Amino acid sequence: MTIKAKAKLSGDIVTVKILMKHEMETGLRVDNKTGEKIPAHHISEVKCIWNDQVVFHCNMGPAISKNPYLSFKLKGPAKGDVLKFTSVDNMGETDEGEVKVA
Amino acid sequence: MTSILRRTVIKSLITFTGISMISRFAWAAWPQAAFDGEDIDAVTNALYGTSDAADSDMVKLKAPDIAENGAVVPISVSTDMPNVESISILVDGNPNPLASTFELTENSVADVSTRIKMSKTSNVIALVKADGKVYKAVQEVKVTIGGCGG
Repeated sequence: MTIKAKAKLSGDIVTVKILMKHEMETGLRVDNKTGEKIPAHHISEVKCIWNDQVVFHCNMGPAISKNPYLSFKLKGPAKGDVLKFTSVDNMGETDEGEVKVA
Repeated sequence: MTSILRRTVIKSLITFTGISMISRFAWAAWPQAAFDGEDIDAVTNALYGTSDAADSDMVKLKAPDIAENGAVVPISVSTDMPNVESISILVDGNPNPLASTFELTENSVADVSTRIKMSKTSNVIALVKADGKVYKAVQEVKVTIGGCGG
């Protein structure tokens, strides 16, 4: 699991911060040694799942920085609830992670 | 001139590489046309079906005035508008302006942050779709070192 997450409840709002490990190649860079373009390789979708429901969904392009950071807020999850995260990149590789709301 | 040349090369690459085709079929939900769009109007249209985005004070875009490193530019978008369906972050000066789009649900609050790459000094645009209408906020970010490579 390489999606690291933190979720903190304050009032009735949960602030979620996630950090993913990914190269996020734009497809625009050229390999200095071979002179060939490095193919695009980036996370394309990230989902946050709570109670078997997708509560937050993000489509990403290659213009998101290397090792993407996302922060968003949710209403509904309570302390101790588990939030799950899944991601998929443009080559079909998936990744996941989960966190308990603190 | 170089950027026109680069676009031509990219376009021919996309046409001839199977990879982009595979990803297009495998992840149909991913808005390929929006991410391929080359100007703000085209992207807005591909995302929301209209290029009519009204400037709004309600859309709060937080971005640095000067970004020393274009590879990591922190951006936050939030709004107090009700019924927000979607938030998108666009960069005018990037080869493809769309950086990311967030789809909100009844359980999400319209307040997102991320870090993006910027190839050069340009406008960052936050789009918010609320109640079926599209609103925007624009801020210029000066970039000292570009972060798109190429």
